[in-house]
Amino acid sequence: MINKLKLTIAVSGLNNTDNPGPGIPVIRGIRDSELIDARIIGLSYENLEPGIYMSDLVDCTYMLPYPSVGMEAYMERILEIHHEDHIDLIIPNLDAELHTFIKAENILKEHNIKTYLPSLKQLEERNKGNLDTYGQKYDIKVPKNLSITSHNEIGQLDNNFTYPVLVKGKFYDAYMAYNPQEVMVAFNKVSAKWGLPVIIQQFVQGTEVNVIALGDGEGNTVAAVPMRKQYITDKGKAWSGVTLNDPELMEITHRLIKQSKWKGGMELEMIRTKNGDYYLIEINPRIPAWVYLSVGAGQNIPEALTLLAMGKEVKTMTEYEVGKMFIRYSFDLIGNLADFEKINMLRKL
Amino acid sequence: MKIKNNISVSESGFVFDAKTGESYSLNPSGKEIIRLLNLGKTQEEIKEYMLARYDVPDLIVIRHLDDFFQMLSYFNLTVECHDQ
Repeated sequence: MINKLKLTIAVSGLNNTDNPGPGIPVIRGIRDSELIDARIIGLSYENLEPGIYMSDLVDCTYMLPYPSVGMEAYMERILEIHHEDHIDLIIPNLDAELHTFIKAENILKEHNIKTYLPSLKQLEERNKGNLDTYGQKYDIKVPKNLSITSHNEIGQLDNNFTYPVLVKGKFYDAYMAYNPQEVMVAFNKVSAKWGLPVIIQQFVQGTEVNVIALGDGEGNTVAAVPMRKQYITDKGKAWSGVTLNDPELMEITHRLIKQSKWKGGMELEMIRTKNGDYYLIEINPRIPAWVYLSVGAGQNIPEALTLLAMGKEVKTMTEYEVGKMFIRYSFDLIGNLADFEKINMLRKL
Repeated sequence: MKIKNNISVSESGFVFDAKTGESYSLNPSGKEIIRLLNLGKTQEEIKEYMLARYDVPDLIVIRHLDDFFQMLSYFNLTVECHDQ
């Protein structure tokens, strides 16, 4: 019988909504593990994040202030939770948290809390606004990109772009715009929600394909599974997807991780054109919300990330089942007002 | 014309392209044609086979077969063989 590794793991991204965070599927991967016996602490920002109320998956949830409160206040809350409920590992699953957690690595280390994240340099060089430089550095085709900070720059886009273009927020959201007026509307929406800059990206015609991968920070790809979205919601989120057998896409993934020495989970978003060219449109620097498909296909990435973070050896995973699908669904959880009261008043459930 | 390696066809006529994730449905005739292509038959041989098998005017069989071959090519499910 295997002695399971007993750990308390704090996981964020419990917003299992129609714009789902990766927290719940990450937890499902950990729960499926035969090597880890985890107590799961949920970290949430809103009192109605569904994961808070999923008592079969989450043992206890604490509310956090948004990272925009500043690192000091944010880490104060994390350490307060840690003193109440000892944390071995934190898996942050939201883009907006990563900067803070990476910068706080030493503070976390002092308190013996592990993370498994890319370096600040790795995080920043793949920022949407830096995609051109990233493409040149790693010899990957990328669509033309421009970061803009004001309406005045929209009039100049004609010089560098052909419509349609994508108007993207620095963390999330993307809108297609067919003329400067539509860019203006999208700019206002995106900047109001995610701040500046707003990224203008040349639209590339083709099929979007994605890869979930895990890098060990030494240049090795510990796990990688490619997927194509089969059904996309009006928010552009995958509602179902299927694993692919695409050797070129895997070669790009392995090369990128080798060259960048990426550490942690990641998602590559690529467009495959009709001519068979691949354009990198975005790198998400964390595990994506469709991670449970990789678990279902044979690569338990949350388990592997946990073991790597705890200094355990993890064998490189190269096999996965092609044609494995995920289909999301909505489900009504029945909750109690008393629980809602607790999370509101005590910031803990 | 050859069906690409990454294409799988099930007994029910369900076609899955493992590289693109696309899937398609075949009727029994379509399934039969794919089976013949996988056996290495040329388009001409398949035409002859279908003409002999079905009691349908030649022109209709030929037109439908040409449409079908074009569709396979359009969906990028085939590669051309130079020895044909």
